Amino acid sequence: MPTIWFMLVAVMIAIYVVLDGFDLGAGIVQLLVARTDRERRLVLRSIGPVWDGNEVWLLAGGGTLYFAFPALYASSFSGFYLPLMMVLWLLILRGISIEFRNHIDSLVWKPFWDAVFGGASALLAIFFGAALGNVVRGVPLDSSNEFFLPLWTNFGLGRDVGILDWYTVLVAVTAFATLTVQGGLWVALKTDGGLAQRARQVALVGWWSLLPLTVVITWCSFAIQPRLSASFAARPWGYVFPLLAVAALIGMRALGRRDVAPFLCSSLYIVGMLTSAAFGLYPYVLPSNTDPALGLTVNNAAAAPYGLKVGLAWFIPGMLLAAGYFVYTYRSFAGKVALEDEGY
Amino acid sequence: MDALTIHRLHFAFTVTFHYIFPQLTMGLALLLVVLKTMALRTGNEHYNRAARFWARIFAINFAMGVVTGIPMEFQFGTNWARFSQAAGGVIGQTLAMEGVFSFFLESSFLGLFLFGEKKLGPKGHWLAGFLVFLGSWLSGFFIVATDAWMQHPVGYALGPHGEILLSSFWALLLNPWLLWQYLHNMTGAVVTGAFAMAAVGAFYLLVKRQEAYGQTFVRVGVIAGILSTILMLFPTGDAQGKNIAFHQPPTLAAMEGLFESAAGAPLALIGQPDVEKRRLDNPLQVPRALSFLTYQRWGAEVKGLASFPPDRWPDNIPLLYFSYHIMVGLGTIFIAVMAWAAIELWRGRLFARRKLLWLLMLAAPFPYIANTAGWITAEAGRQPWLIYGLMRTPEGVSPHVSAGNALFTLIGFMGMYAVLAMLFLFLVYREIEQGPEVA
Repeated sequence: MPTIWFMLVAVMIAIYVVLDGFDLGAGIVQLLVARTDRERRLVLRSIGPVWDGNEVWLLAGGGTLYFAFPALYASSFSGFYLPLMMVLWLLILRGISIEFRNHIDSLVWKPFWDAVFGGASALLAIFFGAALGNVVRGVPLDSSNEFFLPLWTNFGLGRDVGILDWYTVLVAVTAFATLTVQGGLWVALKTDGGLAQRARQVALVGWWSLLPLTVVITWCSFAIQPRLSASFAARPWGYVFPLLAVAALIGMRALGRRDVAPFLCSSLYIVGMLTSAAFGLYPYVLPSNTDPALGLTVNNAAAAPYGLKVGLAWFIPGMLLAAGYFVYTYRSFAGKVALEDEGY
Repeated sequence: MDALTIHRLHFAFTVTFHYIFPQLTMGLALLLVVLKTMALRTGNEHYNRAARFWARIFAINFAMGVVTGIPMEFQFGTNWARFSQAAGGVIGQTLAMEGVFSFFLESSFLGLFLFGEKKLGPKGHWLAGFLVFLGSWLSGFFIVATDAWMQHPVGYALGPHGEILLSSFWALLLNPWLLWQYLHNMTGAVVTGAFAMAAVGAFYLLVKRQEAYGQTFVRVGVIAGILSTILMLFPTGDAQGKNIAFHQPPTLAAMEGLFESAAGAPLALIGQPDVEKRRLDNPLQVPRALSFLTYQRWGAEVKGLASFPPDRWPDNIPLLYFSYHIMVGLGTIFIAVMAWAAIELWRGRLFARRKLLWLLMLAAPFPYIANTAGWITAEAGRQPWLIYGLMRTPEGVSPHVSAGNALFTLIGFMGMYAVLAMLFLFLVYREIEQGPEVA
């Protein structure tokens, strides 16, 4: 039962990163490619009706994590206290910059919120990457499975580790490149003309940087976290996840000029990378970097069996409903965005 | 300040600021459905324009509620890790259900409601509005269910390491504390929405602009206002008070400033509790009224604080006493104001009564104060427990997050929220200044 919930939470987080990934990516990309107010509004309109719903995947995923793995939620949220609080501030800034930008037509107001939107989006991509890096590397858990990490110490991987070290910074850079590609391809998909062309260009640059980053990050991860190779050796079928990521990475370039296929490939790349990490760490959900005997696993972090069982009974119909809303919303706003529409 | 105090202030500050927004969202969601229904039934575009105006204010308010709400869900883990570890298996259920059942609904259909009026057509747009209302009220339900469990834990068993295990899902959702607390809270949200709508309408009538809309807003606001303010007192407030009397008797005694047990206990209207000397200074009391309200018998005995060990007393009795009295006092005044306005409305004279319109306009901030005071009553009244009778507040805090780190983020939130508050007031003022006619 805990394993089922582990998979469900992993899927929710992956969906969050795919969906909010293009919102964040659009935030990064608009700084680079949107030249006029009209173009910036087009980028915003492409995510306007959906960004809030996308962010809900983070909340629902967090809530699901809370009730399925309370010990993991408690330990990781308090241990990553400072960066999480900064993520909250950035989410606040990102949200209000989207919502407030078009309220006032002014040469001071709009560029200000555009910069806030882009900056917050970029930093969020970096923070989320660093968070993933920390989970893969492991944290100095004590005997009651708690820890507290400062933002950085000496950027090394020794005993006195911080949230930012050279490895987690590397993951953060990779996440930034990944979401830039994701956002660029989204903007290309939802707009046309010069804007879409420039967004494709940014995605292409991002793609070329993703190639070496993917290789380096994979090699470093296996070197730092021995559990990864152990997992893949024990259950070789798990190679489908990294293979999916590699295939998607190639597919982004190989699969023609149409915008839908590259965007889907980019999404699959994200799913492949995240599921590879999740599979490689399993059964650990938060390993220790100091003592391999410690660490939170799906079993010692899970809630009691009754709660997990009853949870499935409402979770499955609830998520089917949610998926229904999503399909309906995305279909309602399908196609290229136009500004003549109503709304803001 | 020690770490515990800062962690408590951290949650208190962020949740108090957060709840400024959902109370209007939830109240206004209902009133938007009312306006959309009127538009659908009369076919009059006037009501659609009125709804669009409030939808714009709703959208600003909703965005504020979303961005200040996310930190709430995170803070259970960041600042209250031991509590989350022990109780996450129970309250995580309701918090996750909020995400799955209400946030997805609310966010999907708010997008459609704000961006898709032409695409959806009148009935589809009404439905989108209704589903936003449903989502926001479901969200309120799951949050109040979470709080109700902390106030009155049910449906749990204790595990071998002291962890709290869910033993009955339905007991959690059908908690006897939950029904009245939920209805009381949601009625409070309607009071805020009704006063806000009436105030904007009164403003338009006073400045003689957008007067047709002013009349609609005042009419809808006053009718919703008189109904909700009465429901606030009875049956929801009354039933909630009895819940406290039966399940948290020391809290009731502290709320009322009753130190000594008494048969035929008086109801204190005004007075200042002196906890050291265990008495109420300068009291203005209604004799025997507390006994009657609690037990429907004028001579019934109500237990005072002295009959409970001091380690079970709420740890901030003056705060609890004053917040409770502010809530009840304002609630009573609201009924009087809305009753007067409703009578004048019924006689068809309200729109010309400038003094009453002034009163309606200036009353707008007070439901926020009353709702906030109500929540302070609930949460300060739960002390010294984090989960009533099960876990004391100091036991739930994150042990490894130092006072310095917690203060750093508290200051950060204060700065961030000060800016948000200014932006919010500025943008809402602009919408009111522009009025419904532009769009």
